[in-house]
Amino acid sequence: MGTDIATRPDARTNVSADTGTGNGTGTGTGTDAVIELHQVATRFGEHMVHDGLDLTVRRAEIFALIGGSGSGKSTLLREMILLHRPDAGQIRVLGQDLLTLDAAQAVALCQRWGVMFQHGGLFGSLTVLENVGLPMREHTGLDDRLIDQIAAWKLGLAGLAPEVGALYPAELSGGMVKRAALARALALDPELLFLDEPTAGLDPVSATGVDTLVRQMRDLFGLTIVMITHDLDTLWQVADRVAVLADGKVQAVGSMAELAQRDEPAIRQFFDGPRGRAAQAGATAANPPRESSSTPR
Amino acid sequence: MNPAALSRPAPQQLTLSGSWTAHGLGQGGDLFETLAPAAQPTDAQPGAPAATAALAADATQVEALDTAGAWVLHQGLQRLRAQGATVTLQGLRPAFTQLLALVDKPAADGAPSDPQNPAKPDDTPVPPRPGWVNRLGHSSTEALKDAATLLGFVGEAALALAGCIAHPSRWRWRAIGHNIRTAGVDALPIVGLLSFLLGVVVAYQAADQLRRYGANIFVADLVGLSMLREFAPLITAIIIAGRSGSAFAAQIGTMAVTEEIDALRTLGISPQELLVLPKIIALVITLPLLTVFADVLGVFGGMVMARAQLGVGFADFLDRFVKAVSVTSYLTGIGKAPVFAAIIATIGCYQGLRTRGGADSVGLQTTRSVVQAIFGVIVADALFSVAFSVLDL
Repeated sequence: MGTDIATRPDARTNVSADTGTGNGTGTGTGTDAVIELHQVATRFGEHMVHDGLDLTVRRAEIFALIGGSGSGKSTLLREMILLHRPDAGQIRVLGQDLLTLDAAQAVALCQRWGVMFQHGGLFGSLTVLENVGLPMREHTGLDDRLIDQIAAWKLGLAGLAPEVGALYPAELSGGMVKRAALARALALDPELLFLDEPTAGLDPVSATGVDTLVRQMRDLFGLTIVMITHDLDTLWQVADRVAVLADGKVQAVGSMAELAQRDEPAIRQFFDGPRGRAAQAGATAANPPRESSSTPR
Repeated sequence: MNPAALSRPAPQQLTLSGSWTAHGLGQGGDLFETLAPAAQPTDAQPGAPAATAALAADATQVEALDTAGAWVLHQGLQRLRAQGATVTLQGLRPAFTQLLALVDKPAADGAPSDPQNPAKPDDTPVPPRPGWVNRLGHSSTEALKDAATLLGFVGEAALALAGCIAHPSRWRWRAIGHNIRTAGVDALPIVGLLSFLLGVVVAYQAADQLRRYGANIFVADLVGLSMLREFAPLITAIIIAGRSGSAFAAQIGTMAVTEEIDALRTLGISPQELLVLPKIIALVITLPLLTVFADVLGVFGGMVMARAQLGVGFADFLDRFVKAVSVTSYLTGIGKAPVFAAIIATIGCYQGLRTRGGADSVGLQTTRSVVQAIFGVIVADALFSVAFSVLDL
């Protein structure tokens, strides 16, 4: 389970869904789809969350899901990572149909992706180092000492000092929790990374650090990254393509610059208002120099 | 600070004064409510609508206004306007006017029909309270659904167990060992103390009756049989349900709240295998051992009491005890323990995994786990009694 994603035989090539409006500023080269959702429907009781939703995520792109509260972003993410089952439709992730997987296939698939939860989801009874090492301890036959070394290196990659490894999650600051969670998500060198609100609740400096880290990971490992975010700066600075969810459907897909041209109210809310405008101005002004500040400590 | 006041010196005039704040409004708060009856007589006069048609409210003496005061004022004015009066508010300080406009804003943004019928904020139809038949049906179906999901959970645990038996490398020995220590070894003092006291109580209750018939020595039969067959397994199970069943539910519930269960699933680790199975296995091993410990301490308590109250020495007591209590009695008591253990651990883990939402839910599920576990243990004990009596054990 390395990073040799280009050679995976099961990666299906894909004719881009009709909602796609081009690759925007993305660096993704191929057209092969890592995640394909087709006519997904989800309901909670009477409430229809998704109503025939189509979506395609391509290889090596940073894909963001946005939408108002209750628009079903989190549910959609949970459906992509086998935590929730849609009522109808088809979901293919890394070439596997999620609705027909058996238990062994599901375990195998879980090892090919990493998930970073909004609140980290770190195990409170384990130290940070043990948390990061857990996936390796579970799924590989590696030596304990070696796992600790790799886990410590992963922590460094995520921008955490080695001393942090000995701490328990409760002793970490918000930004450190996110970084530790990211290190654990990257433990098995996944091909696909899911991030739930990676910068929520962080101060601007930490948020920028996480943004930079996410981009670095993509560039370094050719990862495909799917994230939910409300952070307009993250959307402008990091995301290659953005999907806007509303009324149970994907209203539009495209780069932020492309979406800025649209005038549906569901999309406009992310660009109008002082925050939207400030983020847009910041993105156009500060795009090149941000690269220089990208070294984690 | 003067309290808020509202008066009507003349039919066409309102005077507002004092601090229109949450504190200044005093008890009740809605000054317009007390005003309304005073306004009514003037309204009721023939041809009176014209009299209330123009009201001048003088607010020059208002010292302070906060959002609560502004709300009361706004609602009151709306109500007067709804009665057909045109109210003009004069002399309000500019800062207060802004605040009043702020209170007015949601109404202005909201329903466009507002100007036609203002002051009807609670117009939305309240759904009728379901009747008791409805609620009874509802809770019945909930209970049935609960039972069905519990059955599903037992099935999942059995599948996980089968998987572990098929692949022995998947046993979580460390987790099992840890649970044996926390649920078993750490519980020894409390289980020992309580069963000792229970033995004392049983012997003490028996002492008076037995002495009357001079049957002192039969205290050994009484204490021995009751402790070994019933009291020791039951008291141990109840202590462990309160102590470990709740701990299981709270631990797993907290993990569910902090996304740790989701994280496990996405890491390809089955929570059943890592969390549930080690707990069930640990408790099934531990509870019989704790029951033996409770047997010993309970009988010892009875012995101490027999010597103090009935003058039956330890040697005599034990001599009689060996004759009175068969190995079958001992084994029937111990044999119930694994079943109780499975009930406690399964319900604890099940309720923990059902936790949704926040801290409240953890508390609720933990409570449920203890109540249902104790209920389950006692029902199982009753079934055992029936079965044993049928089998003549």
